[in-house]
Amino acid sequence: MAEIVLDAVTKRFPDGALAVSEVDVAIDDGEFVILVGPSGCGKSTTLNMIAGLEDITSGELRIGGERVNERAPKDRDIAMVFQSYALYPHMTVRENMAFPLKLSKVDRATIAAKVDEAATVLDLTQHLDRRPANLSGGQRQRVAMGRAIVRSPSAFLMDEPLSNLDAKLRVQMRTEVSRIQKRLATTTVYVTHDQTEAMTLGDRVVVMRGGVVQQVGAPQHLYDHPANLFVAGFIGSPSMNFMPGTLAEGALQTALGRVSLPDRIRSALESAGAPSEVIVGLRPEHFEDVALVEESKRAAGTTFPAQAEVLESMGSDKYVYFSLSGDRASSTELEELAADAGTAELPSGGNQLTTRLSAASTAAEGEKIDIWFDAAQVQVFDPSSGRNLTA
Amino acid sequence: MTVAAPQRPAAGDARRSEGAKAERRLAAWLCAPAVIVMLAVTAYPIGYAVWLSLLRYDLRFPQEREFVGLSNYLAVLTDGYWWSAFTVTVAVTVVSVAIELALGLGLALIMHRTLFGRGTVRTLVLIPYGMVTVAAAFSWQYAWTPGTGYLANLLPEGSAPLTEQIPALAIVVLAEVWKTTPFMALLLLAGLALVPDDLLRAAQVDGAGPWQRLTRIILPMMKPAILVALLFRTLDAFRIFDNIYVLTRGNNGTASVSILGYDNLFKAFNLGIGSAISITIFICVAIIAFLFVKGFGAAAPGSEPEGRR
Ligand SMILES: Nc1ncnc2c1ncn2[C@@H]1O[C@H](COP(=O)(O)OP(=O)(O)OP(=O)(O)O)[C@@H](O)[C@H]1O
Ligand SMILES: [Mg+2]
Repeated sequence: MAEIVLDAVTKRFPDGALAVSEVDVAIDDGEFVILVGPSGCGKSTTLNMIAGLEDITSGELRIGGERVNERAPKDRDIAMVFQSYALYPHMTVRENMAFPLKLSKVDRATIAAKVDEAATVLDLTQHLDRRPANLSGGQRQRVAMGRAIVRSPSAFLMDEPLSNLDAKLRVQMRTEVSRIQKRLATTTVYVTHDQTEAMTLGDRVVVMRGGVVQQVGAPQHLYDHPANLFVAGFIGSPSMNFMPGTLAEGALQTALGRVSLPDRIRSALESAGAPSEVIVGLRPEHFEDVALVEESKRAAGTTFPAQAEVLESMGSDKYVYFSLSGDRASSTELEELAADAGTAELPSGGNQLTTRLSAASTAAEGEKIDIWFDAAQVQVFDPSSGRNLTA
Repeated sequence: MTVAAPQRPAAGDARRSEGAKAERRLAAWLCAPAVIVMLAVTAYPIGYAVWLSLLRYDLRFPQEREFVGLSNYLAVLTDGYWWSAFTVTVAVTVVSVAIELALGLGLALIMHRTLFGRGTVRTLVLIPYGMVTVAAAFSWQYAWTPGTGYLANLLPEGSAPLTEQIPALAIVVLAEVWKTTPFMALLLLAGLALVPDDLLRAAQVDGAGPWQRLTRIILPMMKPAILVALLFRTLDAFRIFDNIYVLTRGNNGTASVSILGYDNLFKAFNLGIGSAISITIFICVAIIAFLFVKGFGAAAPGSEPEGRR
């Protein structure tokens, strides 16, 4: 059990590439922290530095209050689960799980007891004498978990442990990982680029971009109060809608019409010194079919007419997609997000509005409908810095 | 690699379809040229040597040629020369292959970790292997000749290492090791490349130091490559001829079995005994190969629980 503190930790590779820049994160004892971000943002590098598999260029890493920059991985008392599982193919499941214990010279009886216990927890008992090559993906994943938990280390590090599983198994294993972590209450750092995993698993989430931490916070906090455009666009699925807007006299002119802002937002914008040209962000669930909104509430929002292009009924909700007139919001952060999601090349990529309406809505494909959204939920971003001006 | 061998259709299945029959015929035709060439260049000489080994046939007394069955083999195997040559051969083989394995592994590990000039390093390392053995052997011979050799001059006055059994064999081993370690190193390097980096990182986090990573992860994973390298080198070393021929001519108890066969065939002109020796060497080599191949079977991952061997 230990807390892990990264103090201005930086990694520069010999070829000059700056992979991780001045990361400051303090992870409490027993906390489950997620490192999330698009591919190549330095998540694995950060994790490897905590594990001791990569040298730290500058800054300090403390585990349990002690500086460990110079310590070899084996002296850091941590266990790691790899994306490839990295099971030893020449050993049986039992030998794989016993390996770290054997190396630390634990006596045979204790090893057998611990391996059996871990196998029971992970439902691997009947596979103990098989080899990794003969196991299914999910079973291999559990063996990798088992090898990590037998040692009762002071921290778990996991690098995309579920990304090689199919969707259904991934959901199953996600709850499994969460269950095990809760049960053992071991400090855990978990790397993923899947924002659903980030939202559901962690006590806190660290969002990274290009080696720089963008925001650290509880999943709900990141969702409700993203610090900048990047976090806003990265967290949430389907993601937030962005469009350009113009601020004038306490109101916002957008492609969806004029939005008169509530006092809270207006004063926040004023104190932040907002420019007149801004980017407006709205989450899909903050839209509603105007027919389903109480009369008293309508005035607090904005209503606009639109033609539904595509409708996906989920049973519980309806996702309705519209095209927006006018330019799309442009910023380097949004372009990067689009590139990561692979939507940069789509013609309607950033110019589409995604809304989530109640199932009772009568919206139909190709038909006009009046849509309402809550002005209090509007987020306003500075296009040049990407900063959230309303948070 | 762990999947059971595919079920072969039962031999002699009478109801095999016409198409399958035609296909088999075509296969036979396509293989025929290779089979004929193989028969001509290997089976015939081997068969002829076997035949010769069953004859009393000395070129100095050609009229005494007659069929004697296995008595040539009896003569060889009950003779002190054969067993002394056999002991020398086995000793040289075991010692040189063991040293080559250790050195080759070290070299391979270094080359694997080298970050710059990989191609150059690998080419340089191969130079000894590219040299003609006889030429290299002569240079070793000069080096160890008292008076003229730069290595012999390092020894105390009056010592002539190539004229004493153990020192001479040590020089033979040295020449062999110098020449073939690069080959071993390259074979092992190919095996090293098969050990995934993640596995070594996992072992590092699991608490394995460099030595434990080598013995518990790298070597077991490289077992197939190591066995192939050992097989090649053992077969090669067992037939050692040129180094010994040049360095000592097989004098002073340094003759290998190949030297013994050569002496009988081409110095004593005894075709019967010489052929019997050659065939015996052939059988020894076959036994070595068989043992290694059995070893491969057991080494295939997943075929047998670890720890039994
Ligand atoms: N050995 C190395 N030498 C030089 N640059 C490297 C090295 N390893 C990684 N990088 C660079 O460091 C950056 C961060 O890499 P890292 O592997 O941490 O990304 P990641 O966030 O884990 O991405 P992914 O989600 O694709 O796994 C990348 O731009 C990568 O090109
Ligand atoms: Mg990674």
